[in-house]
Amino acid sequence: MRTAQKIKESIIGKVILACGVLSIAVVVLIFAFLTRDALSLFSTYSPIDFITGQNWYPISEPPVFGILPLVLGSMLVTVIAIVIAIPLGIGTAIYIAEIAPGWLKEILKPLMEIVAAIPSVVLAFIGLTLLAPFIQDLLNLNTGLTALTGGIMLAFMALPTIVSIAEDAINAVPRSYREGSLAMGATRWQTTGRVVVPAAMSGISASVMLGIGRAIGETMVVLMVTGNAAVMPTSVDSALKPVRTLTGTIAQEMGETVFGSSHYFALFAVGLVLFVITFAVNWIADLILYRYRESE
Amino acid sequence: MVAAEATKNIATKSIVQLKGVDFYYGDFKALEDINLEIRQNTVTALIGPSGCGKSTVLRLMNRMHEVMGKTRVEGEVLLDGKDIYAADVDVVGLRSRVGEIFQKPNPFPKSIYDNVAYGPRIQGRKSSDELDGIVERALTQAALWKEVKNKLKTSAMELSGGQQQRLCIARTLAVEPEIILMDEPCSALDPVATQQIEDTMDSLKKNYTIIIVTHNMQQAARVSEYTGFMLIQETGEPGRLVEYGPTSKIFTMPDRKETENYITGRFG
Repeated sequence: MRTAQKIKESIIGKVILACGVLSIAVVVLIFAFLTRDALSLFSTYSPIDFITGQNWYPISEPPVFGILPLVLGSMLVTVIAIVIAIPLGIGTAIYIAEIAPGWLKEILKPLMEIVAAIPSVVLAFIGLTLLAPFIQDLLNLNTGLTALTGGIMLAFMALPTIVSIAEDAINAVPRSYREGSLAMGATRWQTTGRVVVPAAMSGISASVMLGIGRAIGETMVVLMVTGNAAVMPTSVDSALKPVRTLTGTIAQEMGETVFGSSHYFALFAVGLVLFVITFAVNWIADLILYRYRESE
Repeated sequence: MVAAEATKNIATKSIVQLKGVDFYYGDFKALEDINLEIRQNTVTALIGPSGCGKSTVLRLMNRMHEVMGKTRVEGEVLLDGKDIYAADVDVVGLRSRVGEIFQKPNPFPKSIYDNVAYGPRIQGRKSSDELDGIVERALTQAALWKEVKNKLKTSAMELSGGQQQRLCIARTLAVEPEIILMDEPCSALDPVATQQIEDTMDSLKKNYTIIIVTHNMQQAARVSEYTGFMLIQETGEPGRLVEYGPTSKIFTMPDRKETENYITGRFG
């Protein structure tokens, strides 16, 4: 009996260990694979030209793989998304945490989670059929498929992440801070603005970083609504023109490349750049969250 | 000595009056028929077993119970003769006149300076010269200035528990209230820190009126001129003020049997 139990325990332990090792191994392999294929490009193509090149002509002869327009495209769309999502997300979080009555809170929180569950292709479809024509008419543009359209849709996708984590952070602010402030004759707004939100700031920053991480990595929406023109966004009105992002490029071109061609490897290199950016953003978010938990 | 002080202060005018106050949390009657007169520039202690409504009486005076949810007050609570529950009373203004020190020190996660300057700033005082003066004066009154004057910009969270509580006192003093409510201010502190808070209270009563809720009867005897003893007769019953009078009398020859039993440690 005793030995049977011991064997059972040890089997369970080993199965769990195997699961852990497997998932870590997969991540390491993906990274190794990505790096290997990306590096094969750099044996024939200068990495400096790759990073700083202003033209992306993958099928011309010879091909030109300059990812600067793609990086800037991604950044432009992401910046637009952040500019919209930060005030909206933090405002919503403050509303849910501090102002909304109990019953409304019970409705709003699950509702935000439902928004997070909408498949991105469905959101993109809405962006394509509703938002793009609206923006085209409103601003009198040649096409509604612009960086702005993509940014608005991405902001909408990043919102649930920002709202949910920021709301948790605001809720985690000890009640005693609020009481201390109110008991000194501060109004509710002064208390929220000067005590509660500053005290939740590291959690709120982390929510924003994770929201940004989601926006940069998002593919389907930007592929469908940003217009996919690999041109350098050089001026302010680039926001109202089509752009192309890192993710959109890979998604669109991967199916058409010849296996083992330089174009094929270039797309892997684009993937590696994307991976590094997303990793850095998530890492910073983790650092902020960690510091925030430490300080509690 | 306590008796002498009590006699000396007996002439001071009353600043807060509770007249026939009943108090409800939702449908639950937590207090019944509380009649209490707090005299200016004295320390008044409220004692009694846990759950008898001492802290509730305290919070009636700055309306902080309203933060907690559904409550109802019947009867009159007068501050300088004016009903603080009248429709035209501004709660924000009331709370700047009636400050509160909480059981657990609750400095904001800001610098020492910003904690003390918080109140004046929300009142719209911005000049840094003026704020510097207020901060120094409040910290001095709270007997904390000497310990922190060289590290005003460091986080209040780095102070010890006793220092944090004195910082909270300084923070409240910075808005120049007339009354300071203290809800078991020393229950989270060690004896040395407790001593420092009590000394601070003693010097503060020249300019302020202090009402303190405490579990510690020796503390009530040490710091107060007046004492109120509260009790719940049975579970589910509202709390009542059983006896109220000069501290020397309550602790040496109380009128009521329950008071005597509590003071002598027979229950509670």
